[in-house]
Amino acid sequence: MSSEWKFTAKEIAERTDLFMSGHRACAGCAPATVHRLVLKAIRGPTIATNSTGCMEVTSTIYPFTAWKIPWIHTAFETAAANASGIETALKVLKRKDRIEHEHVDVIAFGGDGGTFDIGIQALSGAVERGHDFLYVLYDNEAYMNTGIQRSGGTPLGAWTTTSPAGRRIPGKPQLKKPIADIMVAHEMPYVATASPAFWTDLLRKVRRGLEVDGPAFLHVIAPCPRGWRSDPSKSIAISRLAVETCTFPLWEATDGEYSLSAPSKVMALRPERKKTVTEYLKMQGRFRHLFKPEFEHVIGRIQETVNKRWHKLLGKCNIS
Amino acid sequence: MTAIHQKGQKVIALNGDEAVAYAVKQCDVDVVAAYPITPQTIIVEKFSEYVHDGEVDTEFICTESEHSALTCCLTAAAVGARTFTATASAGLALMHEILYVTSGCRAPVVMAVANRALSAPINIHCDHSDSMAERDSGWIQLYAENSQEAYDSIIQAFRIAEHLEILLPTLVGLDGFFLSHTLENVAVLPDETVRNFVKQRQFPLVENHDGKMVPFKLDPENPITIGPLDLQDYYFEHKRQQEEGMQKAPEIIRKIHDEFAERSGRTYGNGLVETYGLDDAELVTVCLGSTAGTVKTVVDQLRAKGVKAGLLRIRAFRPLPVQDIVEALRNAKAIAVMDRSCSFGGYGGPVFHEIRHALYDSNLHPPTVDYIYGLGGRDMPQHMIQRIYQDLEKIRITGKIQHPVQFIGLRE
Ligand SMILES: Cc1ncc(C[n+]2csc(CCOP(=O)(O)OP(=O)(O)O)c2C)c(N)n1
Ligand code: SF4
Ligand SMILES: [Mg+2]
Repeated sequence: MSSEWKFTAKEIAERTDLFMSGHRACAGCAPATVHRLVLKAIRGPTIATNSTGCMEVTSTIYPFTAWKIPWIHTAFETAAANASGIETALKVLKRKDRIEHEHVDVIAFGGDGGTFDIGIQALSGAVERGHDFLYVLYDNEAYMNTGIQRSGGTPLGAWTTTSPAGRRIPGKPQLKKPIADIMVAHEMPYVATASPAFWTDLLRKVRRGLEVDGPAFLHVIAPCPRGWRSDPSKSIAISRLAVETCTFPLWEATDGEYSLSAPSKVMALRPERKKTVTEYLKMQGRFRHLFKPEFEHVIGRIQETVNKRWHKLLGKCNIS
Repeated sequence: MTAIHQKGQKVIALNGDEAVAYAVKQCDVDVVAAYPITPQTIIVEKFSEYVHDGEVDTEFICTESEHSALTCCLTAAAVGARTFTATASAGLALMHEILYVTSGCRAPVVMAVANRALSAPINIHCDHSDSMAERDSGWIQLYAENSQEAYDSIIQAFRIAEHLEILLPTLVGLDGFFLSHTLENVAVLPDETVRNFVKQRQFPLVENHDGKMVPFKLDPENPITIGPLDLQDYYFEHKRQQEEGMQKAPEIIRKIHDEFAERSGRTYGNGLVETYGLDDAELVTVCLGSTAGTVKTVVDQLRAKGVKAGLLRIRAFRPLPVQDIVEALRNAKAIAVMDRSCSFGGYGGPVFHEIRHALYDSNLHPPTVDYIYGLGGRDMPQHMIQRIYQDLEKIRITGKIQHPVQFIGLRE
């Protein structure tokens, strides 16, 4: 169940931006939009931390910062360990009466590289220990900061510089790791997926993630025009298609109980509304090679995988 | 002993690890994050007991790795907490990346390292390969000779690390097994005394983005950004500031050592180096850690025979107290440096590099040789130290060095 928090678009627009303009992210960078949206949903004093990656690099070029809240970066694989230390310090210092705030929320932002791959150990450990923090995975599906290399979050068939569209091997041969399900398997209080195209849903999930006691994990799809070879003006349209094709369904799992979120429920109740993956893929240059006759079968495999995972999800949500 | 009683101290039997845990218990530490590894494990075990028995008001994060343990300490310190971790060998090596991040973020974390060999082959026993490999990481490094000093040094380390002129993480090395697992009588100060000594953490003021001076910590009231991207235009200055903190450290380490001595009645040289029989010594060994205890015994024996033998023990290896070293070695006619680690392919071990290098600027250049000893916990008995002094005597007489760098105490 997402947060009871009620808001209007106007109220959100009027809320001060805590992730401010002036950062150096590319035009059309959805990860930057996601950061801005997440901070629109905070409920009080908050400390944030990022793993190394595009968002850390573009938002804090010394002596500038885009962050209006306290923020720290340590390394690539450490976002969840950062949050563990922060949350623990807040707890004990509060107990010892050395900080005034009644409560301070902690948000860790990690890219897909910092989450699916190099940071998964720290994340798993932090969640197992039960620290009270929200982890936001902004998933642009590759290591963008270092120039578009594949990660465990890169989807099947996608071109990256380390999974090139070769003559023999057309992009990434492996599937995307089901990271959010892996987090649910940790039996943590709250796991959800979100898309900046459905921003009210995203905001409510952020708020919910902060409200629950203990760790919360929010997996947000975040198109990167540079790495996806897509039109910078289409990042939100692409994040909408990700949901409408069921490539990236929106759901939440509270104490392990899955439920579909409204934008994806539509697709479940009215399957004719579900679009084909082709519509999604064709907007992104990183899949262009798959439209050659010799590699079209990969598109078939992508569609099959999407269908399979979608049906599995419907089962978990008790929708048949 | 009278001194001990005067100060209200009590003597208890503790091994080095327990002595460290006891010190941490008394220092009003807010967050301990650690991961077990021999020969440090007793520290985390002991401390877990303190936490579970409600003897400390400390949050203990039992992390899934040393990498995360140090990271937790770093960010907790950035929020304003007093933090501690302990490790050894592979654990310290795994922290390598974050050691630099910690000093770069000016996070005053205190760490005990129960010095142990690095793999491969895997070996759990003492040498200094682990912390010597981190000598350039921006951490202050103190090496203890015995468990008493380990206890005393941990308490001092919080004051050193958190000193506003320094703000650098501080490591206390204690020799694995030789100290970590060996029972000793350790005089401990009353809780009150230690607490008054370490005081509460203070924070320097830094300029935030609105031009306001705010405390250097993650505080929602006064937001600042820590650990940003720092490029060609500023990084260099920040690294220079770190080095300035290091340069100010010797004086402060000395003062804190003296202040502690007033309460405990215990001194370790001047807090930076300890000299033993050095005033008129001609044959001098230089070492750090528990080996110094054995060397002192040998020096006594040699002195009884009229040999002018002496010892220089380096307590603070980082920052390197260059002046004190040069001063202490002024009358030496021949010097043997003892290295409990190997700088493979280098010209001698890391302590040798520093000592010979420091002497270069002095007008005197006594012959100085290096002995690499005790790797993987190999014992360093008295007769071997006697042999070193015999070698030095030969060098003194002939003025000739046969082997500038040699291994001692192994099959050859
Ligand atoms: C230990 C370590 N290995 C590699 C790197 C180089 N590196 C920095 S950011 C990055 C990729 C970040 O990818 P992701 O987490 O997906 O964030 P993005 O840049 O895509 O936003 C890599 C490989 C590093 N900083 N640290
Ligand atoms: S490369 Fe991609 S993720 Fe990075 S700043 Fe540009 S658009 Fe954003
Ligand atoms: Mg990425």
